[in-house]
Amino acid sequence: MSEEVKVFGFWCSPFSRRVELALKLKGVQYEYIEEDVFKNKSPLLLKYNPVHKKIPVLLHNGKPIAESLVILEYIEETWKANPILPEDPYEKAMVRFWTKFADEKCLPALWKAGWSPENEREKAVDEACECLKTLESALKGKRFFGGETVGLVDIAANFIAFWLRLIQEATGQELLSAEKFPDLFKWTDEFGSCSVVKESLPPRDKLLAFFKARVAEAMDAQTNASK
Amino acid sequence: MAEEVKLFKTWSTPFGLRVVWALKLKGIQYDAIDEDLSNKSALLLQYNPVYKKVPVLVHNGKPISESLVILEYIDETWKQNPILPQDPLEKARERFWAKFNDEKLLPSIWGVFTKEGKEREEAIADSLENLKFVEEELTGKKFFGGEKIGLADLVFGWLAYLICVFEEVTGLKIIDERFPLLLAWIQEFSELPIIKDNFPPHDKLIIKYQAFYEKYHPAK
Repeated sequence: MSEEVKVFGFWCSPFSRRVELALKLKGVQYEYIEEDVFKNKSPLLLKYNPVHKKIPVLLHNGKPIAESLVILEYIEETWKANPILPEDPYEKAMVRFWTKFADEKCLPALWKAGWSPENEREKAVDEACECLKTLESALKGKRFFGGETVGLVDIAANFIAFWLRLIQEATGQELLSAEKFPDLFKWTDEFGSCSVVKESLPPRDKLLAFFKARVAEAMDAQTNASK
Repeated sequence: MAEEVKLFKTWSTPFGLRVVWALKLKGIQYDAIDEDLSNKSALLLQYNPVYKKVPVLVHNGKPISESLVILEYIDETWKQNPILPQDPLEKARERFWAKFNDEKLLPSIWGVFTKEGKEREEAIADSLENLKFVEEELTGKKFFGGEKIGLADLVFGWLAYLICVFEEVTGLKIIDERFPLLLAWIQEFSELPIIKDNFPPHDKLIIKYQAFYEKYHPAK
């Protein structure tokens, strides 16, 4: 049966890149549709995700699935090559726990710390570092969170491996360093050097420019606010 | 092999209750440990060091935290009366709505309960929009899981016993006649013995949430 797989995404979204990474890991052919999420979402996207009106959306033989972590579990259950979840229910539960932690705690804390105004920065950075420390404990000296191969937690934490470094470069802040988080820092290199991962990352220069523009905007806003 | 299942919860947490329902549905024997959140036990802190929260399921000494993670674990470990369907697309739908409840619906309704003035107006508008999506999802179905209850029903289950408490305490109508399918679902869901036999006591909930309400809306 011919398979039709489409991904609605946005070039710099870690969420849609997670979906692309999982599909590539499993050797699934798909068509990518870039959405203009800031200015002009397509009628198709709004039809396929009426509840959240967001990317990513996976379309499989005409059936849409939204929410990146829900999509990842669907991909795992539909295409069996290169599993990203273990078989054992307890191990699976541990993977899901850390996936949720990375997604619901780490990501927002890191984003907040990266962009917080001066007066809130110290507290935001402390919270972000707490998250990183906790997440690092889940690595337990392994090469990947998934052990010898990339798994669900690695995919969910993609933001930390790539986006975070560029935010740090753009803002001059250092949240994740080799000194403070040696295991996690090493993981970002391991993860980033996988060929499949490299294929599912946004262009570095374009993303850095995007973040630098955001920094400039934030500074303009602060300057104007204090006039 | 002797099976040891413990559940750390509180008498009122809806997150713990969904786990209770799943265990009862599958006929699993377990020890319930009701925590006092103002004085958390050493065991709870040992079993859930990351969040220090309930519920925590401990199966043969191994702890699992986060209610949705626990529910999936229960379904994979005890196969009778499944709460998730086999088909990956249907499974994805259940997971989508479970997330929607936890990330959108519940926070918006809690906002109606806790906020004041303009913020409350916004929370009301958000809640109405979220409820409309849930109402639509029930089209042509008895339960979110179809003919039988599933994961999404257990996760939305707090609506069946807590909305009336919120409405009584705030004097606001949250789920009104604009949501006939949801009202019908609440009725059907609440009639299931496993569900209603485990509802926390209504009077005790009123006292608890009345106290909360006064905290969030101090008399001026």
